Amino acid sequence: MTPRAEPARQPAAGTETILELQGIGKNFGGLAALAEVSLRIHRGEIYGLIGPNGAGKTTLFNIISGLYQPDTGKFTFAGAACTHRKPHQLAEAGIARTFQNIRLFANMTALENVMVGRHLRTHTGIWGALTRSPAARAEERAIINRARELLNYAGITRPHQTLAKHLPYGEQRRLEIARALATDPLLLALDEPAAGMNATETAALQTLIQTIRADGVTVLLIEHDVKLVMDLCDRLAVLDYGRKIAEGEPATVRADPAVIAAYLGGAAVSEVAA
Amino acid sequence: MDIFLQQIINGLVQGSIYALVALGYTMVYGILGLINFAHGEVVMIGAMSALAVSKGLLSLGLPVVLAMPLGLLAAVAICMALGYTIERVAYRPLRHAPRLAPLITAIGVSIVLQNLAMMFWGREYHAFPPLITSDSHQLGGAVISDLQILIVLTALLIMAGLLLLVHRTNLGRAMRAVAENPAVATLMGVNINGVISLTFMLGSALAAVAGVMVGANYGIVHYYMGFILGLKAFTAAVLGGIGNLRGAMLGGLLLGLIESLGAGYIGDLTGGFLGSNYQDVFAFFVLIGVLIFRPSGLLGERVAERA
Amino acid sequence: MLRRLPDILGRRSRLALTVGAALLLLLPFAVDLSLGRGWVRITDFALLYIMLALGLNIVVGYAGLLDLGYIAFFAVGAYTYALLGSPQFGLHWPVWVVLPLGASLSCLFGVLLGAPTLRLRGDYLAIVTLGFGEIIRIFLNNLNGPVNITNGPQGISRIDPVTVGGFSLGSAHQFAGLEFPSVHLYYYLFLGCTFLVILVSLRLEKSRIGRAWMAIREDEVAAEAMGINTRNIKLLAFAMGATFGGLSGGLFAGFQGFVSPESFGLMESIMILCMVVLGGMGNIGGVVLGGVLLVLLPEAFRHGAGPVQQMLFGKILIDPESLRMLLFGLALIVVMLVRPAGLWPSGRRQRELTADDGVAQQEQETVYDASR
Repeated sequence: MTPRAEPARQPAAGTETILELQGIGKNFGGLAALAEVSLRIHRGEIYGLIGPNGAGKTTLFNIISGLYQPDTGKFTFAGAACTHRKPHQLAEAGIARTFQNIRLFANMTALENVMVGRHLRTHTGIWGALTRSPAARAEERAIINRARELLNYAGITRPHQTLAKHLPYGEQRRLEIARALATDPLLLALDEPAAGMNATETAALQTLIQTIRADGVTVLLIEHDVKLVMDLCDRLAVLDYGRKIAEGEPATVRADPAVIAAYLGGAAVSEVAA
Repeated sequence: MDIFLQQIINGLVQGSIYALVALGYTMVYGILGLINFAHGEVVMIGAMSALAVSKGLLSLGLPVVLAMPLGLLAAVAICMALGYTIERVAYRPLRHAPRLAPLITAIGVSIVLQNLAMMFWGREYHAFPPLITSDSHQLGGAVISDLQILIVLTALLIMAGLLLLVHRTNLGRAMRAVAENPAVATLMGVNINGVISLTFMLGSALAAVAGVMVGANYGIVHYYMGFILGLKAFTAAVLGGIGNLRGAMLGGLLLGLIESLGAGYIGDLTGGFLGSNYQDVFAFFVLIGVLIFRPSGLLGERVAERA
Repeated sequence: MLRRLPDILGRRSRLALTVGAALLLLLPFAVDLSLGRGWVRITDFALLYIMLALGLNIVVGYAGLLDLGYIAFFAVGAYTYALLGSPQFGLHWPVWVVLPLGASLSCLFGVLLGAPTLRLRGDYLAIVTLGFGEIIRIFLNNLNGPVNITNGPQGISRIDPVTVGGFSLGSAHQFAGLEFPSVHLYYYLFLGCTFLVILVSLRLEKSRIGRAWMAIREDEVAAEAMGINTRNIKLLAFAMGATFGGLSGGLFAGFQGFVSPESFGLMESIMILCMVVLGGMGNIGGVVLGGVLLVLLPEAFRHGAGPVQQMLFGKILIDPESLRMLLFGLALIVVMLVRPAGLWPSGRRQRELTADDGVAQQEQETVYDASR
């Protein structure tokens, strides 16, 4: 089973890049949350974004998902300029995300949450809703089936009609992922998906993310769990005070003195030594 | 053009009244994020009770110079008690309920107050005595009366006093802290409930004064006078920037001017199609315009951080 | 839930439904005989307001948009009917043209109002819609000069009654040997329309659009991030609500035969909002209950308050009208304090309002301890 109902759309021919940021800057009041951030994410990779708290990681997420507009710079996604698009347009283009502080539809069931994710790729309108035409009913069945598939794919074990706010924490995180996958994204941006999880849950999450990638979705990941990031990511970027201070494969980044100084500190030294 | 100055004067007078009422709305919204729908009714109660008390004192034989001020003081006290009660009974229990709930109770309080006033004082218009002598002065083609001067000066004085209170006293600092971030203010030892109650009482006191001014300015008071006035004053608060004290003052004065000039010139502007009976519509158009084009108001809004 | 009852309970509830349907059909005669024809008329008004409340339920209950000026759409529908079917302009257009026209015009107003304002946060939207409602009322009240369009405060009277299939509901008719007075005929028309509106509401609620509305109500930011064009979807809710308002307004004008700006004020908007909120927001049964209570109770009160006071005190102490409004205001306060979800909330809404963190809280704590 794939996380995508339709075949992955091809980005502009001849390039492997799916998301490119050029010189992105964002100010809040006098504070530069991001400055001169440029990076390039390749199709099919798992790309990590790490850095101390306040480094600007979630701000970057908010920009590529359209919640914020950058003050400087631009970004392209799947070959198209996307800098000033609204969130729903970016979702339509193929960027889906989860949130650092889970933002599920708390009083809707797990199934309904994922069904809402299917809204984007379906089109029954008022007329269809009122007449319950065969096409409308067929689409509704398809939505339900797809939603159930995704709930299983994401490993939700509780009954599908459980209210989202009644799910255990780990399942809430998975539900957010399932909901995001329902939009058939090309790029899945996960904001601290492992936060608050124990070792077992984190391992299961790692497997899920690898499966998602294997099924054709590029993954962009913000995480503080260093081990998870090092194991999972093909490449990383490190942000500190809004600037990118390192980029590359995990081993390279881990040994980078600037990164060690800013973020990893003693832990990296002991890891390198071990 | 000959009515221009007169409309300016009238507008400033009306605007001062709006400003005083707007302050009440803006302080409460800044702290609680709640539109105190009942505030307009408090203005009305202020006017009506001032009249009732003054009349009562007059009939007991007190001279006018004593009866009127005492009536005003009584109105202030009554309104402060009323403001306190409203907050305790209708808003405090719903502080964590969804936004719709306190809005509905606010509407309920507004209806209750209107109808209590109607039951006590009837549906008629009551004559309100002029507070001072009706001397007027010429000013470049326009007329300004002593009363109008008194209203504007009093309002300015009160506004200055309020700013002083909020920016130079401990209490004011506490109020600003609660308006910024109630959770943290509690941690710093501020008595949130006390500050909130005080904010309501302060706003209600201003409302009482405004009520008396309205009565004196128009010569009549009426059980329904609070509703439209409240709506317009809220518009003024939004115009200036909700939660922002200076904004409420500016917004009030501006709204008064817009209304006055608009009513004065609308006949000319629309070739006679619309008359000054459309005056009330101005406030609403201003409101819609502000919210669409500059939702944070002229001076910026100051609302508490809510997670 | 109501719909699935027949499937769950089988024959017994099919019987119950049949009995219920029969009761509804016989109601006007029963009321006429026991309480008098005036009360049948009140029932007809109740049905109209229930339709209105159901329309507002889409806006407030489903999409979570606070509209305090909903009566404006009712007014547009009513005045459209009045202007096109009365001596005012001498026009007497057929009902089947005028009703949809009024509904469409209301829909247009809804879109015009909503387009710039639906992005405002909750309380601001409330005030703006309130202002809009007042603007409509002021214009209706004043557009009698220099050109007389709405006839100002006097309103428009001698409006054509609703005609269905050639015969007018304004006069009595004979069917199968039974005499059906005008108010009874209107009752059946409004009952049919109400069921139509209920059906539409149910279908919308359980549809892709209904889910999108609910998602927006829950968390607009997340909804937009999931690809929902929140602006358009909200506009859709507003437009649908306005359309129902306009439709009800047209029926109102035909029924009452007379419209004036008095019937379209803020108090009316608040009344409808209260039907939705007090009855049970988002729950069709609750809204119907709210409508029934808020039309019938005040009427019962109006008829009874005078005599009761006479009985108790020997004279009228308090004007029944003020007393009625006073109690209404108190009821608003009390119900919100005691049952903020309304008298008959949807199960979902009840859950929304209980401070219920469920399993998540405990799980989170255990996880935290284990990993650190």
